[in-house]
Amino acid sequence: MSTLAQKKGFGATLWDFLTTVDHKKIAILYLIAGGFFFLVGGLEAVFIRIQLAVPNNDFVSAGLYNEILTMHGTTMIFLAAMPLVFAFMNAVMPLQIGARDVAFPFVNALGFWLFFFGGIFLNLSWFLGGAPDAGWTSYASLALHSKGHGVDFYILGLQISGIGTLIGGINFLVTIINMRAPGMTYMRMPLFTWTTFVTSALILFAFPPLTVGLVLMMFDRLFGANFFDVTMGGNTVIWEHLFWIFGHPEVYILVLPAFGIFSEIFPMFSRKRLFGYSSMVFATVLIGFLGFMVWAHHMFTTGLGPVANAIFAVATMAIGVPTGIKIFNWLLTMWGGSVKFTTPMHYAFAFIPSFVAGGVTGVMLASAAADYQYHDTYFVVAHFHYVIVGGVVFAVLAGTHLYWPKMFGTMLNETLGKITFWLFFIGFHLTFFIQHFLGLWGMPRRVFTYLPGQGFSTSNMVSSVGALFMSLGVLVLLYNVIVTSVKNERVGNDPWGDGRTLEWSIPSPPPFYNFKQLPLVRGLDAYWLEKMEGKKGMTPAEPLGDIHMPNSSFLPFMMALGLFIAAFGAMYHVNDKAWALPVMIIGLLVTFGSMFLRSVKDDHGFHIHKEDLMDDDDKGVKA
Amino acid sequence: MKRLAKWRLISLFGILALVLSGCGQPYLSTLKPAGEVADMQYDLMKLSTLIMVGVILIVMVIFFLVIIRFRRKNDKIPKQVEGSHKLEIIWTTVPILLLLILAVPTVAATFKLADVSPMDKKNTKALVINVRSHLYWWDFEYPNQKIVTSQDLVVPTNEKVYFNLKSTDVKHSFWIPAVGGKLDTNTDNVNKFWLEFDNKRANEAGNLFYGKCAELCGPSHALMDFKVKAISRDKFDAWVTAMQDVKEPQKATQGSVAAQGQEIFNQSCIGCHAVTPSNKMPETARLAPNLSNFGNRSRVAGVLDHNKEELKNWIRNPETYKPGNMMTGKYPKMSEDQLNALAEYLMGLKVQD
Amino acid sequence: MHADEKFTYETWPAAPEKSTLESKNKFLGFWFFLGGETVLFASLFATYIALKDKVPSTTHHLAKDLFELPLTFVATMLLLTSSLTSVYAMYHMKNFAFKKMMTWLGLTALLGLGFLGLEVYEFTNYVHEGHTFTSSAFGSAFYTLVGFHGGHVAFGLLWCFTLMFRNSKRGLDLYNAPKFYVFSLYWHFIDVVWVFIFTVVYLMGMVG
Repeated sequence: MSTLAQKKGFGATLWDFLTTVDHKKIAILYLIAGGFFFLVGGLEAVFIRIQLAVPNNDFVSAGLYNEILTMHGTTMIFLAAMPLVFAFMNAVMPLQIGARDVAFPFVNALGFWLFFFGGIFLNLSWFLGGAPDAGWTSYASLALHSKGHGVDFYILGLQISGIGTLIGGINFLVTIINMRAPGMTYMRMPLFTWTTFVTSALILFAFPPLTVGLVLMMFDRLFGANFFDVTMGGNTVIWEHLFWIFGHPEVYILVLPAFGIFSEIFPMFSRKRLFGYSSMVFATVLIGFLGFMVWAHHMFTTGLGPVANAIFAVATMAIGVPTGIKIFNWLLTMWGGSVKFTTPMHYAFAFIPSFVAGGVTGVMLASAAADYQYHDTYFVVAHFHYVIVGGVVFAVLAGTHLYWPKMFGTMLNETLGKITFWLFFIGFHLTFFIQHFLGLWGMPRRVFTYLPGQGFSTSNMVSSVGALFMSLGVLVLLYNVIVTSVKNERVGNDPWGDGRTLEWSIPSPPPFYNFKQLPLVRGLDAYWLEKMEGKKGMTPAEPLGDIHMPNSSFLPFMMALGLFIAAFGAMYHVNDKAWALPVMIIGLLVTFGSMFLRSVKDDHGFHIHKEDLMDDDDKGVKA
Repeated sequence: MKRLAKWRLISLFGILALVLSGCGQPYLSTLKPAGEVADMQYDLMKLSTLIMVGVILIVMVIFFLVIIRFRRKNDKIPKQVEGSHKLEIIWTTVPILLLLILAVPTVAATFKLADVSPMDKKNTKALVINVRSHLYWWDFEYPNQKIVTSQDLVVPTNEKVYFNLKSTDVKHSFWIPAVGGKLDTNTDNVNKFWLEFDNKRANEAGNLFYGKCAELCGPSHALMDFKVKAISRDKFDAWVTAMQDVKEPQKATQGSVAAQGQEIFNQSCIGCHAVTPSNKMPETARLAPNLSNFGNRSRVAGVLDHNKEELKNWIRNPETYKPGNMMTGKYPKMSEDQLNALAEYLMGLKVQD
Repeated sequence: MHADEKFTYETWPAAPEKSTLESKNKFLGFWFFLGGETVLFASLFATYIALKDKVPSTTHHLAKDLFELPLTFVATMLLLTSSLTSVYAMYHMKNFAFKKMMTWLGLTALLGLGFLGLEVYEFTNYVHEGHTFTSSAFGSAFYTLVGFHGGHVAFGLLWCFTLMFRNSKRGLDLYNAPKFYVFSLYWHFIDVVWVFIFTVVYLMGMVG
């Protein structure tokens, strides 16, 4: 098994990635796919800002603009932010708890391929008659009114990728509960692991309502059902409820892992343990819980009545408390510390004022009566970009720089990293700060243009200039990735020098079995504790022995591919195409056939023998 | 270093104040409230902003102190602190108190804004308006006055006006930013709320407020504007009487260009567009804007300047101006002469001078 | 303990469904999956309750004119009994009595098949009376909720048959014991869901 270092041909590498069940490789797949969709969604954002730069612009047509704005939101949430967050969860969480892989490596691969094929399916809409154009919320009356197959692409694409996310969530939950290293109690888990845990629980309970909503809309659009057809007794508000019962926890699904990443960065580069660890854990759990109680604040103007609006307003405000606790804990972590301004730390620093700004506007929006003014205006656009860009995207960029050496074995260039940061940071505030005011001045969101003489023109131009800065920042990051990959200077276990948790105690990138011997965890920040006692690495918790590993498999790819094919059949069957039904059946046969194969063919995995592990030592792979 | 940080803060707030002083247009901005509802909402905005700026200030002070004081200077390992119960209690309870300060007026305002009991009383004197939203235009029915108008909502000032909101096709949202927050027009049910237009501030805004659709409703969502004429009760009553007096379609003078226009209108347009304000048709049969007082309107199709040229442009090709509208292709192609005649006729449709 | 080790009655562990790390994971993961399924059905129930008796005109059937309680009662009994038989099957699994376990599993599947047959018969009746998937929002919601459950039963049957067929020759080991156990969990779950459907859809439907 000591073939790690061997060079492989391109075909072999590709096959390796298509069949891999290794969480580290799946993480790389998530990072690449999520990064790709991030660029696509970013391009769509640039188009939006070009169109809105001046009043009465005709850079894109009204219909096309609605497609772009829908795809920008959908892509960024489902196909960029979630997979990028998943990339870090996959790459880091098993290492942080001292596990050799996740609980269900096969399911992990399946989750990725479902997401991937769902995303590809959704984006193929651009080339097959037009993208969805009813907004990422796809409110039912407009979605049913929408012509063509755009919304069908949305329904089916999200359904496929949503299943992938759901099983990924279950996988992480079980991994964290069952596979922690000896001594890794719950209250010794790094915060990123904790947030992964709570996020996974949110996924588990938030995605089924979306699944149901999408199924209902699919039945309405493709199979003649009447859930949302008012003339047949249907009710479109059901969609709004189902969507937001999913949609609000989704915000926390994105932002909790971001909190987790920052909760790793602050202690690392302050050389100080996280301030108020237990209250941070408590706040995380509480935010996750409250996240399910507040969905109707997205529907204050739907007309649910003052009682519902008042209850949801107060519940929403309550979320401000645990979030505030976190902000102060982060600040106090740095207080009295020894703060080093690395690139990840730049993002972490910038995150605080940016996210606080997004958070306080969140509390403002929670005030139901005032929200009647904010709702569906650019104020809301500004608010959620402050939360999602200032929180999630900053965290993803910080995580990229922080964990790049752990994932790829080489550092990103720090100077270029800081240039990226400043461009992105300035661009971000330039783009979105002014949008608060645009909203208050009366500019509704999702408008493809605006007329002159309403006082919107200058501010929109400022906003568009900001988008230019952000784009430049992303380009510098891409350049950074390319040059450092070409140079490929290898790094050791703890390239930042300030690592505190288990992932920094093993090589970068780790061997495919992660830990030769499971480490013994003696407290929070396990690796830091050992370092402070002058030890080089972790104390093993077990003697060197055989390691059981799962087999690679091509079946996850096939299962996802089958659903991808079936989705085309389901969609075109409304056009009475003769080939549609057979295609759908073939697709489902591929999926269910693969499932059948998986279930009848025993897969016991394989063992790495003790002797081979010792060989690795001789070759100088440090453990 | 400390002084530098202070300067940064001051300049930051300088910029903030500058931006804040630009409160937008009086006929459009929520920051220039012109009615009781908008006032209440503006007060809540100010209260919440005040609290939130306080929070931001505290965070920023700690933030900059950290940046300045705790930079890494040597390899010394700082003291590892677990936490502080005292501090944690402080920053849990203080925010709870702050939120309570905001929550109480929020709940009170939410209930006050939802109080529409006067409109449901029998023989109510309150002015009730049924708003029906259509793909890219607005229909306003005054059920007690038995008149219908479109696109330009006319309301009296200094009294509560009650609205029944519903959509006939897809969901829209009814919003007059300067006068009060919005409410959706659902396809499923009627939503009710009230607004009040302040006379003095309506005058300052030129008696014409901008209204918007705030819910994505298709390609021309951005162009689904309407206007609100807020006039004194006397003028409003006069307008209502003038509208009620139009029992039959107004006749253009015999032999004039307008008369030709009327003929064309009766052949090609009247199937969808009514030219009498009386409320006889059921709302689902009102397929297109009522044009009885078209000559008095402030915009063509809600967005174009109100003149003959723009009107002709609009009729020539509505798709250019409002993509996805329901009018395109519903009538034969018009020659230039026909357009002239039609424009002449429509511009002459006035109930008041 | 390796997963494919051979066992006798004496060496068979007390909790064969969770005696390896893999099976512990599977056991826990499946519980989480059922948690997600619960939310899924809760959403469908909420939709059904919102759309119950929502029909376009007065000529359409409402719940109280439609349902035949005796038929659904028999179906309910079949499914409840099948839950019981699957408990027996698991009892024998724990006692390493492979043949008996298979017998009881077979019985479980037969009862499930009977339930599914009755459901198809019931749906056909409704369709003949004009209550179809596309006739009203009520129809869509009814067939979606009850049909989702029926689909779960059908999937469970396929699963059961596959398990029985695959393991018919080789007896019990620690690799397949958790598979049987997880199947029985699933079967109990769809039984519980049915109890709710029977209450919310049928019993409350009769009340009006």
